[in-house]
This record gives sequence, C-alpha cells and structure tokens, in this order.
Amino acid sequence: MITHRLHVKENRPVAFSEATLKKVRELIQQYPEGKQKSALLPVLHMAQEELGGYLSVDVMDYVASLLQLNPIEVFEVATFYSMFYLEPVGKYVIEVCRTAPCAICGGEEILEYLKEKLQIGVGETTPDGLFTLKTVECLGGCGYAPVLQVNTQFHEQLDQVAIDRLLDTLRKQAADPSSADLTWASQFC
Amino acid sequence: MGKPVLLEHIRIPGIRQFGVYRSHGGYRPVEKALLEMSPTEVGQEVTRSGLRGRGGAGFPTGLKWSFLNRKSDKPRYLVCNADESEPGTFKDRYLMEHLPHRLVEGLIVSSYALGVNTCYIYIRGEFKYLVRILEHAIREAKENGFLGERILGTDFSLEIHLHPGAGAYICGEETALLESLEGKRGNPRIKPPYPAYKGLYDCPTVVNNVETLAAVGPIINMGGEAYAGLGKGKSTGTKLISACGHINRPGVYEIEMGLPVEEFIFSDEYCNGIRSGRHLKAVIPGGSSVPVLPADLILRTAKNEKRLLTYESLEEGGFDSGSMLGSGGFIVYDETACMVRNTLNLTRFYRHESCGQCSPCREGTGWMEKVLWRIEHGEGRWKDIDLLVNIARHIEGNTICPFGDAAAWPVASAIRHFREEFEYHVEYPDEVRVITHGNLVRETRFTGGHPVSGIRFR
Repeated sequence: MITHRLHVKENRPVAFSEATLKKVRELIQQYPEGKQKSALLPVLHMAQEELGGYLSVDVMDYVASLLQLNPIEVFEVATFYSMFYLEPVGKYVIEVCRTAPCAICGGEEILEYLKEKLQIGVGETTPDGLFTLKTVECLGGCGYAPVLQVNTQFHEQLDQVAIDRLLDTLRKQAADPSSADLTWASQFC
Repeated sequence: MGKPVLLEHIRIPGIRQFGVYRSHGGYRPVEKALLEMSPTEVGQEVTRSGLRGRGGAGFPTGLKWSFLNRKSDKPRYLVCNADESEPGTFKDRYLMEHLPHRLVEGLIVSSYALGVNTCYIYIRGEFKYLVRILEHAIREAKENGFLGERILGTDFSLEIHLHPGAGAYICGEETALLESLEGKRGNPRIKPPYPAYKGLYDCPTVVNNVETLAAVGPIINMGGEAYAGLGKGKSTGTKLISACGHINRPGVYEIEMGLPVEEFIFSDEYCNGIRSGRHLKAVIPGGSSVPVLPADLILRTAKNEKRLLTYESLEEGGFDSGSMLGSGGFIVYDETACMVRNTLNLTRFYRHESCGQCSPCREGTGWMEKVLWRIEHGEGRWKDIDLLVNIARHIEGNTICPFGDAAAWPVASAIRHFREEFEYHVEYPDEVRVITHGNLVRETRFTGGHPVSGIRFR
C-alpha cells in the first residue's frame, strides 16, 4: 500500500502569530459577509510562509478551521496552484522559468548551471536545507530573460556570473537572521 | 509615433507617488467623470473611443460594459484581471510597477460608469512585489479622498481590494479568475451565463484587463472621439507591445495601432533588429497562444500588403497565413531557433497549465507533448506529424474555455509553416539525437550549430 504524504496527519500544533491573525481578519473583511472562503489563497500564502515553508496536512486543516471550511476545500485548492508546496522545501526556493521566451535566451543553460553548481536535480533540496531547485512556467519577465525567482523575488537577465553572485548573497543572508524577507503579511497593509 | 498615451509620464521621477502623479494631471479624469458627467456618459465616451479589450480577445469594452445587468438588485463588481501569465507578455506588470496610479484612476472612473462599489484586482501571485506598490497607491488615493465613502463629495463610494493568485495560467480566463477569487480551483465556468449576469458570487460582474482599465483615464481626459482618432480602422488608440526573444532591445513599447511590423522589429526606436546580426525566422505576435508566422508572412500578408500592428491586419489571411494581436506579447525568433523544440516547449507549458476539466484538453495536450518529444529527440515517425495536426484539430473548439484553442494553435501553425523542419527531424534522427539538452542551447546561442538551422526554409 502506498501512503502519500498528503494523507499523513501529524497532529503537530500549528497556529499563526497574533499579528498575522489580525491580518487574516482584515483580509476576510475585504470580502462580503459569508464569503470568507475568498480569503483562502492569500491566507494559504501566509500559512506557507509562516508555518514551515510548505503546506502540511496540519497546516491545511488549521487554515480550514480558521476560515470555517471543510478540509477538502483547502486541500483541493492547495493541490491546484503551483505556488503552494506540498512537500518540505529549503529556505530558498529557486524557481527557474523554462517557458519558450526564457528558454531561447539562455534559460535552459542557467538551469543546467544551477544543477551543476548546487549538485542537485530539479525538485531536490541541498543537504544543508538551504536551496530547493524547481522549474516554473512563464514568470512574466520575458523581456528580461532568462528569469528566475527566489521565494517570489525576481532575478532577471541572468548569466553564470549573476548566478554565482546570487547564491553568495543568499548564503550570506541565511547566516544573518536580521535580513528581511518579502513576506505576504508585510505586503498587505 | 506620436505622443504616448498610457505611458505618458513614465519617465518622470517619483511618478509612483500620488503627489507627483497628481501634479502631472493625474486623477483629473476622476474629477471630470464624477463631477461633470453621468455614469452613462462615461460609458458612452468609452464606447465612442472604440477601446477593445487588451487582454487578448479584443472585445469592444463599451459593449462589454453595456451587457452588465443593471436591473439586478444584487451588488455589482468590477474585477481587474492582473493575472498576466501569457508567455511573451509582460506589459501589465510594467504598467503597474511604474504607473500604479494610472490603474487606480482607471478603476475609479470605470467603477463609476458601471455603478460598482467594490472592485478587486486579481494579481498573479508571482507579482508579490507589486502588491505593496498597488496597496500603497490605493492607500494614497484613499488619503486624498479619491477612494472610500462619498468620493469628491458625490454619492459615489468605492473600495479597491487586492487579491493574489497562486500560480495558475488558467486563472487569466475570466470565469476561472472568478472561481479563484471565490477561493476555489481555477476551473473555467460554462458560458452562458456570462459574468455580466452571473459573475463573482453570482452577482453581475465586469472583468477587464489592466491595460484596458488604465486606458479609461486618458480616454475621459482627451475624449472618446480623440482617442478613436488614434490608430487605424477598428483598432483604435495605442497598445502596449511587450517584445522579447532574439532582438536587440527587448522591452515594453507603446505603439499607435497601425505601426508596420517591419518598422517595429527593425527600427531603433523599438526592437532595433535581430540579435547578433542574424536573420528573422519567425514571430509569435500576440503571446504564445496565437499562431506563429514565418518571417515573410509576418512582414507582409499573403496579399503582399504591409502587415500592421492592428487586430485586423494581423488576422488577415485567417489561419492559413495570419495570426492575431492577442495580448501583444511579441516573441521574435532568429534562424537559430528550432521550431520543433519551441513547439514542444510551448506544448509542455499548456499540458502543465491545463486545468484538467475537459478531456480533449487534458489528454490532448499531454499526448501532443509526448509526440513532440519523440520527434524532437529523434524517435519520431512519419505519421506523427499528421497525428499532431489531428490531435490539435480535435482539441480546438471542443473545450469549455479558449484554453483548448490556445494549446492547439501553436502546434497546428508550427506544422503549417515549418513542416519541413518537423520532417527533417523524422528523416535524420541520428543528427537530431546527438544534440543533447544542454548542448543545444550552448550551440544555438553561440555558434548557431543546430543542424536544422543550416537548411533554408521557404
């Protein structure tokens, strides 16, 4: 029998911070009464960011209880959208655009270079848990190709030198806990 | 071309700030519309301007607005489609990043015309950095009395909210977008009922693209008549074209409709010609979903007329020798590009992004990808080429939303115009096979070494 990770509930306690809960309540206010389900996508973004980097069953169930939804309603949405990760990921998720406009301008090349440099394949995480390498479809930066995003921060017009520099910066950033991330909770004001 | 309309003030430092934008005539359209015009008059002005949906379909905006069910006692909604994910298209992002107030202003005027009090901007999740820019612009507009209760002392109130997506191309389709906005999977709905009757939360809804809504401000400012004076024929006004691929100057350009394609590609005002002095091979003129055209057909129509950047001129010749203006995502290929590889890439994109609702699309895109993979990797059979045409034909028109057509057209058009290249792949599998994944890119980029590019086509 195959047990998929998506079926494993670990019953770990998960909860948003008070500040994020306030944001969630504000978000729900954006939608008409009784339509709090609309807040699901932004809340899942925040949950993924704040509660472990990916959406475990525990996190999804927590979001369901927060928005008074059935767990399946959260589950079906989380599995539909490519920005939600259902497996653990590294601190920095590097997603390389592989769609045609990037591919013809060196996108395939930088993906190969990243694989070589990080010594991992697509979908894998480095042993130190710092980087996960993924591919995505068109990021809407075609004129600045090749493009990749690191935790939804765009990096454009890349070549091997730029990648080297980027990885160095990220390594330094990881060592410095005060470095600020672009979080969803901070984006909504 | 003449003066830019949408991007008029883009070079002014600090134009993202309300104060700067305002001092350059910003929010004048709001004052003009709310204080001097009735909502019907605003709608009429937009109809007169001949503005057509800039998201891809090119449907007349005034007409779309006129369909909105105004008899219903339910609330009405305006939803701004900022889920820009069409490969080759990055104009909305550019507009929102540099001129966020242009959009906010357009949203206020449009909401006034439609009698809407709540407006949502559905922005694609990857554009997270834009969320703060837009939130900032909305807050500034609110602080200055252009949003909120009783705007400018009139009875009109409006709230604008941002709603991020989470990475799904299909949510750019208006009904899928509404589903996603309701917190569900982005599965397109069957039309009718159209959103104008049953849209967001089953209420009358209008969904418009960012560029469309941003154009409403200038239209009110200059008058519909004057806007219609720009452009050519039924393609009025200006259009943002996002150019990418093998050109010297990729970027977003505002052009007056009717600019010849040749000038757009080769003039130093725009793309400034093909990279590294190579030759133009093919162009996808309106985002990856529209048919690809070879160099001779993109520059001149089959009737040997100059091809222009208008809805009509690009469609000239139908599917045999024409394409579409679509979203204005202009992808240029030089002679080193392999059309089989490119078609495989795009088909993989469509397979990945299919929502899975309709069988022809869900199964067909995967099937086409497999067949294309075979051909590209030297395992193709002669009958595969016709098989691809056959699959594409059976997807097209047999799905709930236009995604099926969008997936079928790139394949059908690539085979129509570059059949020799597909045949070459089948005939010389050994040559095709030795070019491995990484090598191909290196070779095509730096030495132009793909054997296929060595043959002359057409």
